[in-house]
This record gives sequence, structure tokens and C-alpha cells, in this order.
Amino acid sequence: MSEKVWIAGGGVISGIGLDVPACIKSFRDMQPGMAAMQYLPSVHRNTFPVAEVKADNATLADMARMPENISRTALLSMIAAREAWQSSGLDDISHYRVGFVSGNTVGGMDKTEDFFGDFLANPRGGRLHQVAHHECGSITELVADMLGIRHHVSTISTACSSGANALMYGARLIRNNIVDVVIAGGTDSLTRFTLNGFNTLMILDQQPCRPFDDTRTGLNLGEGAGYVVLVSDSLAAQLQPWCRLSGFANANDAYHQTASSPDGTGNYLAMKGALDMSGVQPQQVGYINLHGTGTQNNDVSEGIAINKLFAPHFPAMSSTKSFTGHTLGASGGIEAVFSALAIKEGIIYPNARFEHQMKELPFSPATAFSTGHDLQHVMSNSFGFGGNCSSLVFSKA
Amino acid sequence: MNIYINGTGCISPQNTAQGGPLLAAPREYEQVRLATVDPDYKQWIDVKQIRRMSRVVKMGVAAANLSLETAGITLPDAIITGTAYGCLDDTGVFLTKMVNQQEEMLTPTAFIQSTHNTVAGQIALLLGCNGYNNTFVHRGFSFENALLDAIMILKEGTAKHILAGGMDEITNYSHQVLSRFGIYKKAPVKTMELLNSPDTGTIAGEGAAFFALGVTSAPGTAATLTGVSTLYKPLWEGEVIGHIMKFLEDHHCTPADIDLLVTGRNGDIDQDEMYEEVAAALFPDHAEASFKHLCGEYPTAAAFGLWMANAIIAEQAVPEAAVFYGHAPKKINRILLYNHHQGTHHSFVLLTAC
Amino acid sequence: MADLKAQIIEQLNLHEVAPESIGDDQPLFSKEGLGLDSIDALELIVLLQQHYNIRIANPEEGPKIFQSVRTMAEYITANQTIKA
Repeated sequence: MSEKVWIAGGGVISGIGLDVPACIKSFRDMQPGMAAMQYLPSVHRNTFPVAEVKADNATLADMARMPENISRTALLSMIAAREAWQSSGLDDISHYRVGFVSGNTVGGMDKTEDFFGDFLANPRGGRLHQVAHHECGSITELVADMLGIRHHVSTISTACSSGANALMYGARLIRNNIVDVVIAGGTDSLTRFTLNGFNTLMILDQQPCRPFDDTRTGLNLGEGAGYVVLVSDSLAAQLQPWCRLSGFANANDAYHQTASSPDGTGNYLAMKGALDMSGVQPQQVGYINLHGTGTQNNDVSEGIAINKLFAPHFPAMSSTKSFTGHTLGASGGIEAVFSALAIKEGIIYPNARFEHQMKELPFSPATAFSTGHDLQHVMSNSFGFGGNCSSLVFSKA
Repeated sequence: MNIYINGTGCISPQNTAQGGPLLAAPREYEQVRLATVDPDYKQWIDVKQIRRMSRVVKMGVAAANLSLETAGITLPDAIITGTAYGCLDDTGVFLTKMVNQQEEMLTPTAFIQSTHNTVAGQIALLLGCNGYNNTFVHRGFSFENALLDAIMILKEGTAKHILAGGMDEITNYSHQVLSRFGIYKKAPVKTMELLNSPDTGTIAGEGAAFFALGVTSAPGTAATLTGVSTLYKPLWEGEVIGHIMKFLEDHHCTPADIDLLVTGRNGDIDQDEMYEEVAAALFPDHAEASFKHLCGEYPTAAAFGLWMANAIIAEQAVPEAAVFYGHAPKKINRILLYNHHQGTHHSFVLLTAC
Repeated sequence: MADLKAQIIEQLNLHEVAPESIGDDQPLFSKEGLGLDSIDALELIVLLQQHYNIRIANPEEGPKIFQSVRTMAEYITANQTIKA
């Protein structure tokens, strides 16, 4: 039951790169991924910048070796999951008891919203194959089937913390000896449904977002997928794992359906719980990958909770959403890969466009890309609608 | 370590919300779409909060409250839900407006309520529960994954009481679309005759069932949740049979130790074939009860099945309306619940009387 | 103001509330008043746009405008260009 769970590899596709090395290059070159919409057809095309994956569905289908007409959510998932597996040093997937646990919030909505216009005009209208993979779980199965994973497949949807919760469930599956390896993380493609939904909340920035900046006015949506490969202690002994998933916790803010409590109750409980499980003291944490969406509400709640837990020793921290945008169900997975890699490579990621110190906080985010840090412990935060707050801790050993 | 089912709550097309003996007055329908019998939800949710809630949220919150009430718990340590479709009604409302109004002048309420974690989030909000909160959305495994997560966390020792449940709703849009996939009967059938139906297709159902699980028992506790297992896309029936043997063995029993088999037969002659094969191979003389003629087919229907199985252990009797085959022994000690959803998602839950 | 009250009830799904029971100066957001929240404020912004063609770009203006039915009505009178 107390078996350790290791990160053997990771894969990411996002608005700043089609694989992990490309994403790291974008951080190094200070090249965020926000731009006017190129692939998502929306009347808001010229109003809200988004961080799209820079490839059309035909190109993605080619990379994924899947049909072009399936949901972009599945294509993104497949590409990142395969990269994750290939980076792990594990051989043929059929040699292991493998689970696939993927978070997402939109499922096949990108196809459903195309279907819906024809369907509303006529209940027999619209092509059925467009809604065949509407369900979140269906996206996971398309990828699991392609990879040949059958031992355990599961999908989690807790809004913006989905990907992080997938890692927790995956780690527990390994600890309970249900499987030996889990590809865990999340995926989400941009859809008009989510874009318009966030627009009704009036939290989309019309400029590139400015997380943890005093002048921030909202978030930019992004898309992508990110997965880590979790392995058991015994498998890790045969590999060169990146680091260990040493702690995790999930708490509920129980304050409001969409807003965070002013004192960041849920955020604090998640971070504290993750540290407690890992046995790590706050001052031992070298870097925090912030949830850092860039909304007024999130950043102040998250910041206050960090202040309460970490003062007076603040680790380096940054919101990589200032590059990738907020990728919703994928963000916990993508940021888990960045965090695990931070330990492996000693990276501190930059927080783009930070200029003005938040008056509520005594700390500010890192603004430059740097390597060579001896990071023993890294924390990754993912907070979402419904009060869902999750925090992960990665450790070198 | 034992995990006890200390309380249950169920909203379904049967009169399950009001308590009393199991299926004392079963409702029979002659239609292909069953709707829940809705209690007065205002007894659990105040007017200010209820105005935004769609049916699936109300039935989830109600079933959760019922299960906590019977367990005598006010605040669980964790809330875990499973829903395949999520909040379909609000999703449909927002999509329709988005299409009809060309992405202009949309309002936030339906969008906020459309996320799959709305029910778990609302329960946490209403209870003021800061604990672990998770939502599984994996088709015919959504509820089973929620149970498994709960079991793993209880065994870990980080929680003592967990609220776990499954729910799904039908909307006009979802029913129209699912009907086009050809999964329902073409003509209405009498629900009490559904399981002997000679053709393909089933009937649509909906509902919510919640369970207050704990590491210690409560005064009215009848059963322990001994084990849960899932099997994805078995290649043939032999794999299902082998999986059940292994599952029983993992929990130190054999088919002979099972007193009652509860199956997810849904009246589709092709899909029910698997239950026939399994019963013939492992449980040829066992009594069998079924539940989808009572609640309809939906991806989290196994939650209704588990609710019914727990009540059967509590009452030590199988109600007439649920009997599919044979007579259960006097003492019903162990029940195996076997369900599959569309032949792809097979799940197994083992209950033991305590 | 009677029209506005009916529109508020419709927009916020407050069907349990009779329009005449909302006082012109009753606070909309405090606990003693209607007890509305930030999601309702966003709904009211859309109401102004739909019925009165008034756009509010910054949600932080909401609390000032939506103090009561009277402050809403005054804001509408002062800012209305075309009645939709």
C-alpha cells in the first residue's frame, strides 16, 4: 500500500509546441502561444486571443495515425500519450498491466457543436458519426484502443483540475496493485462551447493574459494534451525515472460554483494535503507551477493560500498558462509533465508578461527561463469550477 | 478491512425515494423511455439554490442526502460521483442558444451547470464539505470507477466516510440522438415483460443512487462492499467467465458461495446472451434477480442495481418484481452483481451480509 | 419598473417570487434583499443587453448598477439608446 509511484516519462502537445522539446524551446525563446484563432471557427475570432495547437486536424490525424474526422480532443490525446510512452523507456505496451486515465471537459464537443445546427433544424439531421464520440469517456477509449490498453481505462472530469486528478487515481491504481503502469493526464480541444461559456463569465482577456500581475483582467483559453507515465517501484528500478510523484491531495473549496473563496480555503487544503502526504516541508519546495489563470479571483485566492502556507520562504513560481493558455482538462496533465521535467532538468519556467507586483502578495513570479537548479521538490496546482482544488508534489527521490 | 454500506439513497423510475419495503408497489410502464419519480426536492434544497438546478443535479443531491440520512452522517470525508453523460440538459440549453443566437448574448447559468462535476460540487457546497471531491465520466464504468476510488481511499486510511454515487439523466435531445443509434425498442413494451422480449433494443432509463460507505458500520448496516472490478471489451464470453472466477477467488469465494446473482439484463436479446452464457457456465442453479426492467438502461444503471442488491440483503428477500429465475435461499449472504453496458463495459460488485 | 421586475424574475428563474413583492429600493444582492450572487449579476448584464441594448463591458460596474430595481431603472433611462 505504501509503494512509491514514479514518473517514467511524459508527453505534451500544446499551443507552444507539438512535443515536449518544442514546448521547452518556446519557454527558452520566450515565445508564448497566444494568437488570433486560426482553426476554431467562431464569431469571436478577432476578439479573444487563444493558444491553439498550431496544426489543422489533417496534420494532427497524420501524427496520431487516426482518422481525420474524429474529435480533435482524441487526436491531441493520442499524440501526447504516445510521446509519453515512448519517452518512458518501456518496451511493447502489451508486456505490462497498463491503465489509461485521462481527464477532459469537452469530450467530442468540437464535433457535437457542428452536428447541433443541422440537428436543431431537423431531428433526423446531422451526421451521427459526429456525435458518436461526444462522451468524455469515448475520447479516452479511442486512444486506449489505439494504444492497446485494456487493463484499466477511466476518464475524470472535474473541470480545470481533471488532469491532476487523473494522476492521483492512477497512482492509487498502482499502489493497490491493480496495474503496474498508468498513462495519466488530460486532453481538451478548443470549442465554441467553452469559448462562449467562459465569455459569459466575462473572464476572457482580449489581450494576452497576465497571470499574477496586478493589472490582469482574465484568462486566455488554450488547447492540448499532457500525460505522464506512472510506474510502480519495481518497474522504476529497471528504468531511469524522471522523478517521483511523492504527494497529492484534492480538496473542495465549498464556497461558490465558479469563484474561489477569498482566503483560498480549498487551494490551501490541497497544497497542505499534498505536502503532508509527501512528507515535505514548505521550505523544501523549489518551484511551484501555479494554477495562475490570470483572472482577478483565481490569482488572488491562490496567492493568499500560498502566502499562508509558505511565508516567509517563497519558492520560485510561475504560471506556464502565460504561454500555453488555460487548457482546462488538459492543464493538470500538461503542467505535471512540465513540473516533472523541472526536477529532471533543473528548470524554472518563466511567467510571461509579468510587470506589476500584486498589492495583496509579498512575492512575484519568475520572469526568465533558467536551468541548472537543484530542485528536490516541485509542486503543481490545478483548481477548477465546482470548488475542485488539486495539488501534486514531485520529488527527486 | 471491511467497507460497509451504511446508507443508501435512490431516485429512479420506481418509488425509491420514500423508503419502505423494497419494490412494495412496483411501477409498470409501457414505453421505451422511463422517467424518474420525482420527490419534492425542496425538502433537501432551498428555493434560492434549486432555481438553477437541472433534474440530474436535483436527483443527485436528493439521493446523496437520503444516503447520508440513513447512515446518520452529516459530513462525509469525501464525495465521489460517476456520470457518463453529465449535465445533458444544461449542455443542450447552452448549445441551442449558442447555435440559434450565433454565439451572442449568452448567459452563464447553463454553462456553469453543464460541467460534469456539477453534482459533486453542489453536494460539497450544500454540505460545506472541504474534503476530496472527484467525478468519473467513463461511460459504463463511471459509477464503478467512483466505487473503486472510494475503496482505495478508505483502505489508505485518509477517509472514514465516503459518499459515492452514480447518476444520469435523459433529455429530449439525448433521447432523440440515442434513438437514432438504434439502441431502443421500436415499439413500446410492457416493462414487466421486457426481459423475455424476443428482439433487440432496450428501454431508456435514468436515475441517481448514492451510498454512504464507511470503515465502521452503522446501526442499520446490512452489507459490506466486498469488491468491485471492471472488464473492458472482453474478446469473448470465456474471458468474462475467467474474470469472474478470478474476481471471486481474489475475495476468497467460489460460485457456490454466491446466494443470488443480480444481472443487468435489459431485454435486448443480443446483449442478454452474455448473461445467459455466464449463468450457464458458473451459476446454472442459482437464483437470479434483474433490475433494468425497473429502472431502464443507462450507463450508470449499475448504481440502481447495487442499491437494490443492498436492500435485498437488508430484507433477506427478493421482491417478486425483481425475480428473473429460481428461488433465493433463506439466508442471502453473498450477492454478485454483474452488469454490462452495450457489451463493452462489464462490471462486477460483490456484496456480503454483515 | 414593473416590466423590469418581471424581466428580472424571468432571467434569473425566480418563479417563486411575485414581481410586486420586490420593492423598488429593496437591495438585490444582500441577504436581507433578494440574495442574488455574482452569477446573477452576469445574467443581469445580459438582460440589459437583450432588452435595452445596453452593453456593460466591465463586470465590476455591476454592483453599483444592480443595487436595486430603482438604480437599474435609472441606469437604463440614462444609457438607453434604442429600445429593443
